[in-house]
Amino acid sequence: MQLVDILHETKTALSANKARSGLTILGIVIGIGSVIAMVSIGQGASGQIQSSIEGLGSNLLTVMPGFLQPGRGIVSSGRGSAQTLANEDIEVLQQIAGVAYISPEFQRRFQIVASGNNTNSTVIGVNPDYAQVRNVSPAAGGSFITEAQVRSLGRVAVLGPTVAQDLFGEGNNPVGKTIRINRANFKVIGVLQSKGSAGFFNPDDTVFVPLTTMQKILAGADFLSMIAISVQDKNLMPQVQEEALLALAQKHRVDPQSPDFSIVSQADILGALTQVTDTFTIFLAAVAGISLVVGGIGIMNMMLTAVTERTREIGLRKAIGAKKRDISLQFLMEAVVLTSIGGAMGIILGWAIAFAVSKIAGIATAVSLNSVFLAFGVSATIGIVFGYYPARRAASLNPIEALRYE
Amino acid sequence: MIECKNISKIYQSGNIETHALKNASFKIADGEFVAIMGPSGSGKSTLMHILGCLDTPTSGQYFLDQKDISKLSDEELADIRRGKIGFVFQSFNLLPRATVLRNTTLPLVYAGISRERREELARKALQGAAFPEKFWNHRSNQLSGGMMQRVAIARALVNNPTLILADEPTGNLDTKTGEVVLETFQRLHKEQARTIILITHEPYVAGHAERVIHIKDGEIISDEKNNQQVIIKNNATS
Ligand SMILES: Nc1ncnc2c1ncn2[C@@H]1O[C@H](COP(=O)(O)OP(=O)(O)OP(=O)(O)O)[C@@H](O)[C@H]1O
Ligand SMILES: [Mg+2]
Repeated sequence: MQLVDILHETKTALSANKARSGLTILGIVIGIGSVIAMVSIGQGASGQIQSSIEGLGSNLLTVMPGFLQPGRGIVSSGRGSAQTLANEDIEVLQQIAGVAYISPEFQRRFQIVASGNNTNSTVIGVNPDYAQVRNVSPAAGGSFITEAQVRSLGRVAVLGPTVAQDLFGEGNNPVGKTIRINRANFKVIGVLQSKGSAGFFNPDDTVFVPLTTMQKILAGADFLSMIAISVQDKNLMPQVQEEALLALAQKHRVDPQSPDFSIVSQADILGALTQVTDTFTIFLAAVAGISLVVGGIGIMNMMLTAVTERTREIGLRKAIGAKKRDISLQFLMEAVVLTSIGGAMGIILGWAIAFAVSKIAGIATAVSLNSVFLAFGVSATIGIVFGYYPARRAASLNPIEALRYE
Repeated sequence: MIECKNISKIYQSGNIETHALKNASFKIADGEFVAIMGPSGSGKSTLMHILGCLDTPTSGQYFLDQKDISKLSDEELADIRRGKIGFVFQSFNLLPRATVLRNTTLPLVYAGISRERREELARKALQGAAFPEKFWNHRSNQLSGGMMQRVAIARALVNNPTLILADEPTGNLDTKTGEVVLETFQRLHKEQARTIILITHEPYVAGHAERVIHIKDGEIISDEKNNQQVIIKNNATS
């Protein structure tokens, strides 16, 4: 039996009961469509998280107080409470080859008041290098913290755009105005350009003051909440991370195996978050996969019904010389054609859902070619797997029994 | 050339054994036109299934062209059916949604014959079964019973079989259309020298064959030449 003949039989058989074929295809369309949509939403979300982490600054190493063990969190002490990083650590880190900029940071939440408005925001004490390390820049008409202001304990502040809006209202330029942080007056010298949230940290909702002012006047403490190191080249990252660990451990007089601080690279954070989003994607795909299996059972159900209905036809075909192989191929082909049509339509549906989700809900989605090929492979496999049993049943019918069947 | 040696067929369903055939022995030479007669339940269809290689006997031997069929596998039987045998079933067994041409070519599809050649052979077979050309592209469920039976005969002829088996081919037809079908068998027998085995319970139908085998309760009770063979004149075809 030639392929064209098998396809001809398939077309005749499937178009004989269009409603049933259509509903069976619908099961596969929903299954494949939801797999594609869910996977693309998952992949889109992880892509978005990745790019926003990269947007925090490239080639970044972060030194944090407290010992962070992979998978166990901070073990020696809580992140906020550890006070192991000090200003002197900066000089040690500056000696390391490959370091481009170092940004020591001290952050704390304060009540901020201006022109009668009130807000509670994160205030970060920074050095001028912060702008380079964190990729932030002031909007036109303003400036960032300068070296001179740091040296002179200048009472100046740079506002994130969200804070600026909360305090001064939309469209008003705060530069030159005065704000009160923790009952001390600060002059606004600039407003940052909007950057958008970076997942767990929103630089738009932050106020920046000189590090010295923060430590001496606002907080009255001279430790640091973190040190960000920007490395000259991506390839130097592991080397700089290793050297920084040894240098700081020596300075703190602690064992490098269990230091009182931890150094996290961009790659570490990305890795941890990728793990989370991958789990999320797999979970979504598994839920969608269940509907795919249900669709497959629909195929099997339809094929079994077809075998019963067409028992006499099968008997006749065998009586006039069809072999087992011819009969089972015919039924297998029907199942595979059903799932392939359903698969193709499901890919389109999934694509449309993914598109609608990104348009309406604003969640980034990414339909990858891989997931399309995978879905198609899966649907063809479902056709074969769920069509195999009915096909075998049809092929093994005894022709005489089949012809006698009423 | 058909030779049956002590063929028995026992159907077993649960504890009940049905002896459908008991020690049947006979020979049919090439080019004979034989009727097998008997009352309902006498084992005629069982015998036809064995002769047509659809089934194998429980005991005894069946030689078709000197080849012992009794021991062949299902797939080998399918090969023989495809190559040598044409069936005409009592209930036509056409594919209802397929056209007349498609129904006729079906055995050739399984023989792996090319499309053009199939069409050619189907035309010849339909002409041989006296099927009018204007209905060739009709769906078979739009035809009358007599027309359906002629399509079934054409389908039995299309693979150019040496042996044609017909189980009650006139059972569902009125006398007049029945005669057209019988005339077709007589013509095929006379003009193309095919072996034809016709199964019936009506003496009138059996009277059209050259030889009549009587069967009762699975046993052959008589096997004789038909001295009063009814020959239908060609002008009966219409
Ligand atoms: N598949 C089967 N299983 C069990 N018993 C069967 C089977 N086929 C036939 N028989 C029995 O074998 C006997 C002969 O049946 P068969 O069909 O050969 O009769 P028949 O002569 O063709 O009858 P009819 O003229 O009614 O068609 C019957 O008693 C029938 O019940
Ligand atoms: Mg019968």
